Amino acid sequence: MTEPLTAPPTTPETVPALEMRGISKRYPGVVANDGIDIDVRPGEIHALLGENGAGKTTLMNILYGLATPDSGEILLDGEVVGIDGPADAIKRGISMVHQHFMLVPVMSVADNILLGAETMANAVFLDETEAHRRIVELGKRFGFEIDPEVKVGTLSVGWQQRVEILKALYRQARILVLDEPTAVLTPQETKEIFVVLRRLATEGHSIIFISHKLNEVLEIADRITVIRRGKVVGTRLPAETDEDDLAALMVGRNVQLVVDRGESHPAGPTLIVSDLKVDDDRGQQTVNGVSFEVRAGEILGVAGVAGNGQEELVEALTGLRRPKSGSVSLGGRDVTGSGPRELQRRGMSFVPGDRQRFGLVMSFPISDNLVLTQYDEAPYVKGLFRNDAAIATWAKRAIAEYDIRTPSAVVPASTLSGGNQQKAVVAREFSRKLSVLVLDQPTRGLDVGSIEFIHRQVVAKRDEGAAILLVSAELDEVLELSDRVVVMYRGEIVALVDGPTAERENVGLLMAAGRRAIPAIETAVPPAGQDAVPG
Amino acid sequence: MRAAVARFWALAAVPIISIVLALLLGSVLIIASSLVTDKSLNLLLPIVAYENLLQGATGLSFLDVVGRTVTINFSIDPDQAARALTSTMAATSPLVLSGLAVGIGFKAGLFNIGGTGQVLVGGFMAALAGAAVAQQPAPVAVAIAILAGALGGALYGFIPGALKAFTGAHEVVSTIMLNSLAAFAIVGLVNDIFKITGPSFARTADVGNAAMPILFGRNGNLGILITLVLVVLTWVLIYRTPLGFEIRTVGANPSAARYAGMSPRRLIILVMSLCGMFAGLAGAFEILSLGYYPAIFGTGIGFAGITVALLGRAHPVGILLAALLLGAMRAGAPAMQITAKIPIEIIDVIQGLILLFLAAESVIRHLLRSRTERVTPGEIGTVSRTYGETTV
Repeated sequence: MTEPLTAPPTTPETVPALEMRGISKRYPGVVANDGIDIDVRPGEIHALLGENGAGKTTLMNILYGLATPDSGEILLDGEVVGIDGPADAIKRGISMVHQHFMLVPVMSVADNILLGAETMANAVFLDETEAHRRIVELGKRFGFEIDPEVKVGTLSVGWQQRVEILKALYRQARILVLDEPTAVLTPQETKEIFVVLRRLATEGHSIIFISHKLNEVLEIADRITVIRRGKVVGTRLPAETDEDDLAALMVGRNVQLVVDRGESHPAGPTLIVSDLKVDDDRGQQTVNGVSFEVRAGEILGVAGVAGNGQEELVEALTGLRRPKSGSVSLGGRDVTGSGPRELQRRGMSFVPGDRQRFGLVMSFPISDNLVLTQYDEAPYVKGLFRNDAAIATWAKRAIAEYDIRTPSAVVPASTLSGGNQQKAVVAREFSRKLSVLVLDQPTRGLDVGSIEFIHRQVVAKRDEGAAILLVSAELDEVLELSDRVVVMYRGEIVALVDGPTAERENVGLLMAAGRRAIPAIETAVPPAGQDAVPG
Repeated sequence: MRAAVARFWALAAVPIISIVLALLLGSVLIIASSLVTDKSLNLLLPIVAYENLLQGATGLSFLDVVGRTVTINFSIDPDQAARALTSTMAATSPLVLSGLAVGIGFKAGLFNIGGTGQVLVGGFMAALAGAAVAQQPAPVAVAIAILAGALGGALYGFIPGALKAFTGAHEVVSTIMLNSLAAFAIVGLVNDIFKITGPSFARTADVGNAAMPILFGRNGNLGILITLVLVVLTWVLIYRTPLGFEIRTVGANPSAARYAGMSPRRLIILVMSLCGMFAGLAGAFEILSLGYYPAIFGTGIGFAGITVALLGRAHPVGILLAALLLGAMRAGAPAMQITAKIPIEIIDVIQGLILLFLAAESVIRHLLRSRTERVTPGEIGTVSRTYGETTV
């Protein structure tokens, strides 16, 4: 990896580094890809934009050798190739950075990078010194310093992502596919990763950037290809398009990017939290005495950089984690330390942040998932037995009302796209009799169409008089929806601001308060209690 | 219709191929054994042996063997068929129960290796209770003895369940230890406390009126009927009741179960007790058929339950079919030994081979890849997935 790389000219005349021609792939019941043409030039960042289920993932699986196309061909540097599995793809210089990182947390950065591409001193032993040197050098070349010895589990998501990228570069990837790389990042981390990506591109790497965040795509991409329902519906240069145009292309109709909402008319407080302290799994206190109240008919947003105690706060409020001290009251009744069942009975609904871990049982049919929290209540139980007819009726209605795209109600939840999985969770939790709604990252990884839909439902619930707590790493989402916003920083609430009038920059600053210049290695959870800015 | 066939094949492909491969490999061993018994390779011996096996299990014969000449000739002797099928059923029923004892655990993500110990405790308790009520009217005595066996097994399943729920002790480790504990403790109890004078070997008192009632044929006992009822009840429990939904949820995704307000702790204890109850019943049926508990009571039933559950894909109907296969082999084996001179132990070898191929599921799937698209990990997946996890 010492050959000099200069940015080659990226004009339409250059032979594309990658070209996919007329790719079609059908699965039983769906045409995932329908004659897709796409080309990526050397040194180009090419964004692939599309709703969940539009066919982006299928296309990339074909490129990565995980699926075989029914028709069409793949060209690398102008030559037709057949890609036989991921190992072959990697050998040909194609690498993929998945949305869910494929890293071993207890192993060091270097070990993770070397896994499967070991640098050997001889037939038996690894050459660790050489490997470490190359990792450090690679990092420096792309503008960040990384310690190869540090355990991956202690790194923040932003840095873990860099490790994934390093892994690809270490395997000499020329074409890098990033599947929604910013879905898990804070705005600041996103900016940083963009610098890295741009650097990669100027060194001649081709990057396919899969996303449905319009502003990011406009910011980073050289070209944008939009797919809808398995077809390419347009290719745009960022200069000649805007968010509304892209959203309309993606969804096939005009989309309201910011949901309309009237003024809130809050009543008395429904959920009162006072001086709540919560420990994380390692016994460290990550919520340091938090107090707030959520009133009926309002949305209280919780803004904050991920890992500042929001996760533990939500788990404590929803009964998944026992608080250390403090109290929670729901509708005037003390529910401190109550379990999920008790809270559900008292009118709490909860859309968990990790839908695959908590929200759904992936191997169960959609219909069973739609009653996961009501399975033992009428009408889904009749006498001693489950009432399949009632479950099927409700599933049919939920699928229609919440626009869950699925071939049927009996397919496993795992076969649905992320957006449709989330719609299933939302359908289930929003349709219950509820007084408090806790939303944790309700639109993480979702496309604009689904976000618009879910945001509308949230506002509708507010107007019906629900007290809504919205926790999101998406600052824009918090600001667009919330009537009031609290900012969490290192386990404390450092500010309470009015939602509609809050200034984005101000809140962003509060979220990042006390942050120094980005250190080379961040720990996942900063030590509590330092440099906190008082609200 | 085609979709139903595809679904069946996706589930049954690996078990069926495992059985075929085990029988093929078993026939290699049988041919090799002919070198010793016949002093020459007899390539037809496996066919003859398996035919004897089939005849012993069902009474159906399709070969005539005279010396080394083999001709095809279908025949069936109704009397022999009735006897053979009854024996097959009697051999199948405890295997179904021990299969359920493992299979229900799989549903909840638990791997119950403790079948052996639970069978012993169940059998022992049934023997003690049976001896105590030996003079009571038969219906009362039988009911009490069977209940005692079920209760003993359930208690012996409850222990590892509670250990897992409250301390995180992995059930694989604790049940293996409890197996040894049960085996040795019961031998000691029979030898030192419950031994009766008279017989030439150490055993407990006769169960008298609590002996397993014969309903039909030579050994068509009440246990067969109870087993069939329990298979249906288990299916209803797992797939038709809210409790079954909880069990399947905690097995498929314990985090989601907690989120949904279920109590994984309660479910682990409950399911392990249920598993123990089934194994305990298997032991009770065996002992009540025998009439007493011998100090040396070697039984492979508990362990065979693992093969049955895996082969039956942890589904009650699958378990019934898998147990029927192993039960038929056990029932037919003596006939094979007498006619084809194949040692009866070949059955254990084939059963072991089936388990081996089942465990190599991913290899078989790989060989089949072109035909069966990858299915989502089923119940079998839970074995490896939960192994080593200590969190509840």
